[in-house]
Amino acid sequence: MLTHLRPAFVLFAILSLLTGVIYPLAITGIAQIAFPHEANGSIITSADGKPIGSSLIGQEFAAVASGDPNDAARWFWGRPSATGPVPYSALNLDKGTGSSGSNLAPTNPALIDNVKARVDALASADAAVGYARTAGRTIPIDLVTSSASGLDPHISPAAAAYQVPRVAKARGLSEDAVRALVTKHTRGRTAGVLGEPVVHVLELNLDLARQTR
Amino acid sequence: MIPHTLTPPTLATITGHGALQIVLYVVVLLAMVKPLGWFMARVFEGVPGSAPLGLGVALGWLERLTYRLCGVRVSPIGSTPAYAEMGWKPYAVGILLFNALGFIAVYGLQRLQHALPANPVGLGPVEGWSAFNTSVSFVSNTNWQGYGGEVTMSYLTQMLGLGVQNFLSAATGIAVLVALIRGLSRRSAATIGNCWVDLTRVTLYVLLPLSSLLAVALVSQGVVQTFAKPQEVALTVPLSYSEPATNDDGGALKSADGRDQTKTVAVATQTVPLGPAASQIAIKQLGTNGGGFFNANSAHPLENPTPLSNFLQVLAILLIPAALCWTFGEMVRDRRQGWAVLAAMLVIFIPLLTATYWFEAQGNPRVAAAAPIVDQSPSPLAPGGNMEGKEARFGIAGSATWAAATTAASNGSVNSMHDSFTPLGGLVPMWLMQLGEVVFGGVGSGLYGMLMFVIVAVFVAGLMVGRTPEYLGKKIDPFEMKMAAIAVLVPCALTLLGTAVAVLLPQGTSSTSNPGPHGFSQILYAFSSAGNNNGSAFAGLSANTPFYNLLLGLAMWFSRFWIIVPVLAVAGSLATKKVTPTTNGTLPTHTPVFVLMLVAVVIIVGALTFVPALALGPIVEQLQLAGN
Repeated sequence: MLTHLRPAFVLFAILSLLTGVIYPLAITGIAQIAFPHEANGSIITSADGKPIGSSLIGQEFAAVASGDPNDAARWFWGRPSATGPVPYSALNLDKGTGSSGSNLAPTNPALIDNVKARVDALASADAAVGYARTAGRTIPIDLVTSSASGLDPHISPAAAAYQVPRVAKARGLSEDAVRALVTKHTRGRTAGVLGEPVVHVLELNLDLARQTR
Repeated sequence: MIPHTLTPPTLATITGHGALQIVLYVVVLLAMVKPLGWFMARVFEGVPGSAPLGLGVALGWLERLTYRLCGVRVSPIGSTPAYAEMGWKPYAVGILLFNALGFIAVYGLQRLQHALPANPVGLGPVEGWSAFNTSVSFVSNTNWQGYGGEVTMSYLTQMLGLGVQNFLSAATGIAVLVALIRGLSRRSAATIGNCWVDLTRVTLYVLLPLSSLLAVALVSQGVVQTFAKPQEVALTVPLSYSEPATNDDGGALKSADGRDQTKTVAVATQTVPLGPAASQIAIKQLGTNGGGFFNANSAHPLENPTPLSNFLQVLAILLIPAALCWTFGEMVRDRRQGWAVLAAMLVIFIPLLTATYWFEAQGNPRVAAAAPIVDQSPSPLAPGGNMEGKEARFGIAGSATWAAATTAASNGSVNSMHDSFTPLGGLVPMWLMQLGEVVFGGVGSGLYGMLMFVIVAVFVAGLMVGRTPEYLGKKIDPFEMKMAAIAVLVPCALTLLGTAVAVLLPQGTSSTSNPGPHGFSQILYAFSSAGNNNGSAFAGLSANTPFYNLLLGLAMWFSRFWIIVPVLAVAGSLATKKVTPTTNGTLPTHTPVFVLMLVAVVIIVGALTFVPALALGPIVEQLQLAGN
């Protein structure tokens, strides 16, 4: 036992220094030189250089502060988010909240209520701009279920397509023009194989705002 | 029993793209088994200062310097043994002491982080019970998270506490495995290696180089790596929420008629959390640790931003456990033995992975019944399926593959929320843990756990044909059988007893967040995870309470070290034995028959032990879901 004390302490100290200090510092150095944008959170800046988002973190568009469905209808909505105190709250140190899923079980009545409320909210937004949904038009599941992180920046191309008529009507654009914007912000599978095709909601909305202002 | 309204499950929900991703994953994984397995065998059998691929030239001086400072005696080059070796008892004492130091360091860092550097947002000390739980969790390679990383742990605690243990608990598992392999391959020997040499060489030549490569690749995809404080950004549209209004003392404000007043809080910004994440996430996956830098773990877009980063991470989860099978075959000078064990793992893994994918792709019948307008079928433009708790960029196939891999290995990181899985989709990850984390399992620990099952299997086979059980020429005596039985039964007992205690006490049941059988599943999942050193969770369970922090902490500790000690005892005992020559009567342990025998033993132990408990949780819930 006693003969073990010296190697245990010394080895623990050396390996801690190596893996807990030198290694993360070295990776940080490489990262900051080779990939400064990615290493610092992929921050999007406005034309005047102000940070207005991260291209990896989504933002909330369905629950705008005004509470006016007319305002919400003008934007593409992302995945529902279970973070607190507001959707897509990536970090709130005062409340001690960060990324989070809903963790609702498939049999939990609260999940079903949430889905129904989201379906209703989509219908209200349509009604607010006077868009009558064509019969048989279904809502893709990812638009009414909350993401794992609560920060998902993407929706499926089908979920974007579902919202095109509403957004076009709300902004007085042609559906084709809006659809072209959606296509511009759609990314296919990586190398045609990995992942799922997705639409980037924040970048799409920022582009939309630029086009119609 | 099954009502006629239930739509039968359909195979059409498995898409070609989903299947292709799974096939690609398995093929790439298997392609890397031989080169990495060969490399690791060279590292474990090499002499101090030497390692393949030029690593000895680059880092050999550091290794020799480490031994000099530690007082490990190294022989002159060319003489055998190359360094002072140990019997199994000193080896075990060294490993336990080294891990005890790790526990103290992680606990101390958490409790003192408010007074230490690299804490840009000024986080306070971690609460005592939680700090205890987290320390055990990371030392035992479990990496259960009762806390949310971004709001609890300073950058220093993350890298010098949790990050270090990511390396050292992985090194511990591999060192113990290497000692066991030496016990199997040596004849009439009194020693099984030197724990300090094994820990050093694994860390220097295997874990650090692989982690460095993966970390840089992850940064290129968008995983953050910085010491800057969180970045505030302006929201495109302002938000607001209401909360109870309080006076200056924090008491609730009442209106004139006595009702609680609320106030509206405007939110115009979003705070993007940052930190040295990529360096930690690389080893979190490679070392089958799984503890996330952020609360949402590898579902967080800053921890796992793209399908490519997802592929690299899920590959890293099984990489070392799979390659160690080849290393094992190489070191016992019979590669077929390594293939046989790997084959047994794949025979269990691939069907279960497919099953999870299938169940998740079916979607949720209750959603279909309550909101028929919602479309859950997959198409080229939509993932379909049960998307609650899943990220759009990963979809169903990417989430299911990860769920199976992370629970087959004792990794426990998640890229989707298992709590929201369909009942049977969630049963698979739970059962993969309950099998004892031997289907790939933890780095080192998975294979040494599987070799304990091999001992049980050859014993059972020996009884069936009436011969003395042998493995690799070593006679399996009652001592080895007793130790193997302990190693196999400890996790089962911890899982079931822990669950039983928790469901009997209000402190246990009050933490569940879902009603009915799913609440039971949450508790069963937690103890399956802790009792098998996995670390994933049905995360709706509020486990950051003194009760769960203590009980789960104890489960993790015993599950780790009450297996390590018997395994090392087996290693020491086998090392002393002679090798009996192969005869016509020897049971070959590399044949398909033996592989199936081994699979059967693993499955039967797992099924007999856990089917009653699973029936009360996910199976009842599935019947409810189908019955609507």
